Amino acid sequence: MSAAPYTSVVLCCPVTVDYTRHSIRPAAWWVARALAGLAAAAGLSHRDFDGFSLASFTLGPDSAIGLTQQFGLSPRFLDFLPLGGVAGIVGLRRAARAVQAGDADAIACIGADTNGPHWFRHSLETFSRASQDAVYPYGSGGPNVSFALIARAWMAANGVRREDLARLAVDSRTNARANPNALMQKALTEEEYLAARPIAPPIHLFDCVMPCAGAEAFLVMREATAQALGLTFVRLAAAIERHNAFPDDPVMLRGGWVQDRDQLWSMAGVTPGAVDLVQTYDDYPFISAMQFQDLGLCGPGEVADYLRAHDFTHSGDRPHNTSGGQLSGGQAGCAGGHLGLVEAIRQLTGTAGARQVKGAKRALVSGFGMINFDRGLGSAAAMLEAA
Amino acid sequence: MMVEHFPRKNPLLRTQTPLLPPAARSRAAHLLTAAACAGRFELPCCTTCNAFAWPIPEACPKCMGEIALRKAPQGGELLSATVAEVPADPYFRERAPWRVGLVKLDCGPIAVTHLGPLKEPGARVNVTLMLDRAGQAVLHAGPQKGGAMQDDPQWQDMVANPRGRRILITDARHFCAIPLTQALVKAGAAEVTLGLHDSWKPFEGRGALESLPCVKIESLDLGSDRSIQDMAAQIGGKIEILINTADVLRPGWLMSPRAPVEAKAVMEIVAFGLMRLARGFGPAMASRGADGARSAVAWVNLLSVFGRAHPPELAGYAAAHAAALALSHAVRAELATGGVRLMTVLTGPTEDEWFQAFPPPRVSADALAKAVLDGLMRGLEEVVVGDVARDLMARLEENPKAIERELAQGRMYGGAA
Amino acid sequence: MNDLLSSLTAALSTGAVRVVDLTLTLREDFPTIVLPPEFAQPSPVRIERLSRYDEAGPAWYWNNLTFGEHTGTHFDAPAHWITGRDIACGTVDTMPPEDMIAPAVVIDCSAQSAADEDFLLTREAVKAWEASHGRISPRSWVLMRTDWSHRRGAAYANLRDDGAHTPGPDAEVMRFLVDERDILGFGTETIGTDAGQGGHFHPPYPAHHYLHGAGRYGLQCLGALDQLPSRGAMIFAAPLKVHEGSGSPLRVLALAPGGQT
Repeated sequence: MSAAPYTSVVLCCPVTVDYTRHSIRPAAWWVARALAGLAAAAGLSHRDFDGFSLASFTLGPDSAIGLTQQFGLSPRFLDFLPLGGVAGIVGLRRAARAVQAGDADAIACIGADTNGPHWFRHSLETFSRASQDAVYPYGSGGPNVSFALIARAWMAANGVRREDLARLAVDSRTNARANPNALMQKALTEEEYLAARPIAPPIHLFDCVMPCAGAEAFLVMREATAQALGLTFVRLAAAIERHNAFPDDPVMLRGGWVQDRDQLWSMAGVTPGAVDLVQTYDDYPFISAMQFQDLGLCGPGEVADYLRAHDFTHSGDRPHNTSGGQLSGGQAGCAGGHLGLVEAIRQLTGTAGARQVKGAKRALVSGFGMINFDRGLGSAAAMLEAA
Repeated sequence: MMVEHFPRKNPLLRTQTPLLPPAARSRAAHLLTAAACAGRFELPCCTTCNAFAWPIPEACPKCMGEIALRKAPQGGELLSATVAEVPADPYFRERAPWRVGLVKLDCGPIAVTHLGPLKEPGARVNVTLMLDRAGQAVLHAGPQKGGAMQDDPQWQDMVANPRGRRILITDARHFCAIPLTQALVKAGAAEVTLGLHDSWKPFEGRGALESLPCVKIESLDLGSDRSIQDMAAQIGGKIEILINTADVLRPGWLMSPRAPVEAKAVMEIVAFGLMRLARGFGPAMASRGADGARSAVAWVNLLSVFGRAHPPELAGYAAAHAAALALSHAVRAELATGGVRLMTVLTGPTEDEWFQAFPPPRVSADALAKAVLDGLMRGLEEVVVGDVARDLMARLEENPKAIERELAQGRMYGGAA
Repeated sequence: MNDLLSSLTAALSTGAVRVVDLTLTLREDFPTIVLPPEFAQPSPVRIERLSRYDEAGPAWYWNNLTFGEHTGTHFDAPAHWITGRDIACGTVDTMPPEDMIAPAVVIDCSAQSAADEDFLLTREAVKAWEASHGRISPRSWVLMRTDWSHRRGAAYANLRDDGAHTPGPDAEVMRFLVDERDILGFGTETIGTDAGQGGHFHPPYPAHHYLHGAGRYGLQCLGALDQLPSRGAMIFAAPLKVHEGSGSPLRVLALAPGGQT
């Protein structure tokens, strides 16, 4: 049984609140700036939004429902998703169905997190019971170690070398230089990528994102409302999500996209060749590469060739993470999963400025996240189409 | 026996503050603590479908059954390996690079583990459940062919190897003092000091001890604040392993005429002596938990299993050992601030002459010495020596009231149920 | 000189010189000084039987004793108080034995103490006593008779919500006795050389403060002061020779002229 299409519902008003490496403001402040940005972009008051979907790790002691009072909202749809890089698409799926079914009219979808010098270590210590009991006490290397263990196995299984992944990091930096908000503006060469200090081999310095404070947001709106307001928008052609996929795989060699990609392509009604740009969740270049393969952009076991064969800059033949992604833009907590959606909306509405992919009509956005113990649990993907 | 030369500490340099690895654990995870303390390889297992699980869940992911600890095979396969070059936690950051592995345990689940000097995925590993420096249970994967991991700093930081260390044995008159000292010297201890109480009384073991290299005998009376303070003032900052052998072995029933006086005497040495010793030597040891190659690592209490299961024929003696066991929790907590482990070694009747009337099997001095060494080398915290002690502990854990009744009826030794 | 001691022996046997025992029996229920709970408390007196011609010891009777240094009839050495911490030979094992034998004067405050449990001996009262009995000689004991030793139990300790209420010297008289009369020591019948409320004086506990700061001594929980003359008695007060001790329970004996006081 396949899912119903997403009709009469659109995405609009892409908002990025400029990232800073550290912020003395709480997450709620970043949420507020995103809410204000959405209101300004929509030409409405924030009180006119009747849905509020929030993804954040650092919100405590505040809650999404508490913020409705703090910010003067009275929504009839409320969602809280501390789901990391999969929150954007998961939140989008729920918001879209709610609007489609008439449960809400205009839902603000926000990913926001603050960051300070102690936040990273504190978040590692308290991330999950499994992490506390069975990961953090082993070297406290954080996700870098956990993903290094996966990376080593995945790269060996797929014949991918660091040299193959260099292209993703280098092109990401090229894209970032066309994005004034990106935190890493210095050009990167393949040699520098390969020679960078090891963090947890095979993860080296330029495989890692920089945690920062920031927010990404967009509106999910009834199409008629968006038209009445004169807003440019994009449509949602398909979306999938899966949690704890393939639990019996000893190591994470594939994500949940493998299980649900057929549904994605069939709902979208196209093949990979029809996609003009791809936004992967790039916590590590190899994870982007895993998404290419698991989503079917290349055949199984062919990802090494795929990486070698393409140019992933915004002007290349396979535009990928055109704003620099997280690798060059910074990872603002849960906002990392909204980042790809927000950039895709810009690209498909022709508002991506210096990094505009010419004639972009269709964008594939992928989300990934939540390493509870030894693998990322959440995988999601969405196909957006220009209206 | 060649003793390794350790360079003297530079007295002008600051002593490193001992840090501990992340110590937070869920309550369920503490199921593992008991196993790791005793050196048992037991992992969470479903009581309904017998599937092992890792990490410790609140219910079995296969059938939602209840989880309990069960003995598991110690083999595994190394699926992946890396090194944490930039750990987030200060303890690991000081010791980086730190090897971490991903292991498929032979009993089923996947686990992140500390890793011995192994690098290649596909290798077979031997997995151990042991205590880390914070006293929490962790998994370690080492080469399958064993090897005592003597030269692996990650392993050595978790155990209490006597090699190169200076050791205080508090009572030279203890029946196992001589074989214990011999074993420690053989294991490479740099110096062993033995305390001797009532040095004005004859001491037959003096010759045998003083003939060993790097062994000294000094006056020490655990009943005296002054005696302990005087010794601590001289050598308190130079003891890396303290082995408390002080005991006053006086079997006796509650109503025996000498009971009050003897019970007090045992209590004074075994319980209050431990308190004095801990106050005198504990803080210095805790502060030296990370003091270079010769860091303080362990405190060992040789106590009686009768402090746990109390036979009426050892009334006062059992009470004093029970008091010492209770007190050792406070001592352990104090030492743990510096990552120094407190190991309790329990024996039943031993070959000490005061147990002469007790039937065999009794623990020999050699067996006890061996158990102490083994416990130190494996970083254990709870050691039970000898068949009688093990039997008593098993019966106690199964049903405390049953063993209370059995001991009252004179059935110290297990027999017909 | 031999004659002097021989004469004394003779006088003792005829009663021309009598021995007066100024010591109260050291019993397990002897009240101890009570400090606020945040401070370390002394042990109560414990007389613990080891054996009494029984299986624990067929032909002998003996006990283990436990007591604090300042329990029962006891002696305070200079090291006991902070003001005396630097006094040379200020502990019981190092003090000169010559100081253990000394003359004593007895100032009778029994009537005033019966009327007022917080009665304080003052400089004026001592000067008035000297007007009748003569100036206090240097290196004498001054003993404050209050007949308090006739009390027992709670009445002896006399503790109330605001502490103990027992008679003693005020601050000024102690400074006077030490600085201007050069006394060897001060003795009382109460628990402590200071009055029960002495903690509130300036300085607090002036008897301890001035006596021990000048290397002098204290005696307390004395009895039978009503059997001594105002002048003329000799006190034998020899504390136990405990290594670095600050004081000890002891037997205090007086030699007094025979007949009435």
